[in-house]
Amino acid sequence: MAVVKMQKISICALKKNRKAILEKLQSLGVLEIGRVLDEDADFRRMDTVGKKQGFEKAAASVDQSLEILDRYIPEERSMFAALEGKKLITPEEGQNVQEERRELLKTAKLIYDLDREHAEQFAAITKLMNSIESLTPWLALDVPLKAMKTERAVFFPGTMPGGTTAEKVYGILAEKAPEVESVDVHIISQEQSTVYLALICLSEEAGAVEEALRSEGFARPSQAWDETPARQKEQMEKQIQACQGRISEIEGQIKALADERERLKIVADYYRVRADKYEVLGELPQSDRTFFIGGYIPASAARKVADYLTERYDCMVDVEELEEDEEPPVILKNNPFSANMEGVVESYGLPVKGEIDPTTIMSFFYVFFFGMMLSDAAYGVIVAVVCGILVLKFPRMSPGMKKSLKLFFYCGLSTIVWGILFGGYFGNIVDIVSAKFFGTTITPPALWFVPLNEPMKLLLYSLLFGVIHLFTGLAIKGYLCIRDGKIMDFFCDVVLWFMLLAGLILLLLPSDLFASIAQMEIVFPGWLNTLAKALAIIGAAGIVLMSGRSNRNPALRIALGAYDLYNITGWLSDVLSYSRLLALGLATGVIASVINQMGSMLPNNVIGIICFILIFIVGHAMNLAINLLGAYVHTNRLQFVEFFGKFYEGGGRPFHPFRENTKYAEIKEETLS
Amino acid sequence: MSELGIVYALLGAAVAVLLSGTGSAIGVGIAGQAASGVVTEDPGKFAKVLIIQLLPGTQGLYGLLIGFITLSKIGVLGGGLADLSVQTGLLILAACLPIGVVGLLSAIAQGKTAAAAIGIVAKKPEQFGKAMLFPAMVETYAILALLISFLAVSGIQV
Repeated sequence: MAVVKMQKISICALKKNRKAILEKLQSLGVLEIGRVLDEDADFRRMDTVGKKQGFEKAAASVDQSLEILDRYIPEERSMFAALEGKKLITPEEGQNVQEERRELLKTAKLIYDLDREHAEQFAAITKLMNSIESLTPWLALDVPLKAMKTERAVFFPGTMPGGTTAEKVYGILAEKAPEVESVDVHIISQEQSTVYLALICLSEEAGAVEEALRSEGFARPSQAWDETPARQKEQMEKQIQACQGRISEIEGQIKALADERERLKIVADYYRVRADKYEVLGELPQSDRTFFIGGYIPASAARKVADYLTERYDCMVDVEELEEDEEPPVILKNNPFSANMEGVVESYGLPVKGEIDPTTIMSFFYVFFFGMMLSDAAYGVIVAVVCGILVLKFPRMSPGMKKSLKLFFYCGLSTIVWGILFGGYFGNIVDIVSAKFFGTTITPPALWFVPLNEPMKLLLYSLLFGVIHLFTGLAIKGYLCIRDGKIMDFFCDVVLWFMLLAGLILLLLPSDLFASIAQMEIVFPGWLNTLAKALAIIGAAGIVLMSGRSNRNPALRIALGAYDLYNITGWLSDVLSYSRLLALGLATGVIASVINQMGSMLPNNVIGIICFILIFIVGHAMNLAINLLGAYVHTNRLQFVEFFGKFYEGGGRPFHPFRENTKYAEIKEETLS
Repeated sequence: MSELGIVYALLGAAVAVLLSGTGSAIGVGIAGQAASGVVTEDPGKFAKVLIIQLLPGTQGLYGLLIGFITLSKIGVLGGGLADLSVQTGLLILAACLPIGVVGLLSAIAQGKTAAAAIGIVAKKPEQFGKAMLFPAMVETYAILALLISFLAVSGIQV
């Protein structure tokens, strides 16, 4: 239960060892680069932006080629691909790929080019198809589709609006261009809205003929062809075939490159890692012969890194403690069980300097409350088994995912325990099945009691657990005050409140109100009642007098104290908030019973039993999902709002080490030996 | 007149399921609109926004819970209607009111909060844990109402 101690390390080494040292540090991933030295006349930063961008571009182009590969031959992925995590490769594999990086970049470029050509060929086919379509009406024409002339005559094709006949054309010409002597009209083909025709006339009259017809909707075809339409079409079809041939060729080529996929992934990661390295390199102050690097490092690793570097290279390594007012980055370190709840704390906020890591204490309450809210042994078994199998089956999953699954595994175990205590197995499935199919109702006994029958009892226990949780939070605050030597704060903000609250609880227990709720009477001896009154009065008076102690004005001080006393309502609402432990537990059990009840209303034959099983599976899957969500959200809430509210603020900065930040594969980590 | 007792009691069960179910439907609907918007931009956030969208759905379940308990108490399930006086019937109706009314209103409010929380996930997905907490705050009051309805219904002698 702790925040890992950080130290500052500064390394000054020779430039000739720069590459080796940087790469070693990157593969260790224990150093967060910080600013060691400002730029001055001797030490300058190197401009690495260009190189860094070059590597980033290389990584992006390989990524792109991988995406293209995936489009042609989708990579087989199982349902649980997200859990599999990054592939582990040996340093030798990484080295091999690194040596061939230029060829692999060429491969990536080739894939990209092939893909582009693929798209171009498709575009060409579409264009040819369009041309063929526009050519189809002219197929009957046995001369090239373009304007042609002989010595005396001209030939030109064109279109007219639908319904035009040769007679009509002659009519138009007679009307609008009476001077035209000889013209020959051929209708090539007709469609609903267009008529395709060819005209032959004398050269000198061509202008007048076209002019006259244009006024009635004549138009020349948009494209001219040197061959006859039939031959033209044949040629274009051949071209299409050629394009299609090329397309399948390209597809074949790309598929043949699919074997390179794994190596491409590694090389993409290689460029990514190098880009990171150059980014760091750009921040380092360097002189002609030396360079500086430094930053935060966990104290446990600092000495080892220092020894390793000084043994092998000519360098100065300086490890120093942090200064008083420094805010180092935070890493949490906990026992194997509690470490799984670090993600929960992280999502609230890491501890800042001076706060303790609440993970360990919280983890026990977390699992306890989660199980109480889900409280069904069968659901618990499902959750625990599923999470357990996933964790064992996918050892390479990302650490965050692994922690979450293990968290749910433990919560599942706790749910089993609570389910047995409360006698819940898929709600009341045992009762229903035994009554429906065997004629006698068998109720599995609850080890403790059945919440549905004694809700008040469970409500009181829920509030009791709440009080324990809250008092633990207040106690941690007290511990922090003592640790920091703030005895006055400890007394006023913690001890007085403990006195007041304990006094009030002791006053409440023997009262009629409590007796009517709990249906049992508690009688305290007289001295305990007096003690309770005394505690409550001293506590309340102390809070009124002391809470505003930072204020000199006595009237204001009392007013602030009275206002602080009003916080008692906050405590009341905090405690009542734990009634959700009962409510959510009941919700799981009762809705499960509703599902079972629905199933049991079906007739007792084959179809009825099949439907019963279907309702059972679908209904309980939904109930489990929604209650799992509810239990998770509300357990978090109890920790974040009620528990952390007493002593914890968070807001620390997570540790971002300089490391090999890969996307696809991870090289087996090096360790210092 | 005494036949009316069972009618009032059934009306109570109906009110509990009806109002809280309506509220949840509206709430989940509001959150769903925001969730769809986020998924249009970034389909990868589907699981996260779906979880937040579901949060206002619990009130409907709480209503169902009270409705079910009421039905089994007055014997509508499994035959053999209980013989209720008008007074007992009205008592059960009154007991069902908290989860009905609070369920209706809190689910709508929670739906709006969930829509806003989905906005957090859209811009800062790493703050998912905090985003989930805001709608959960609203739900507290539905839980308190559920508790009172439950204690009242199970406390009434039939």
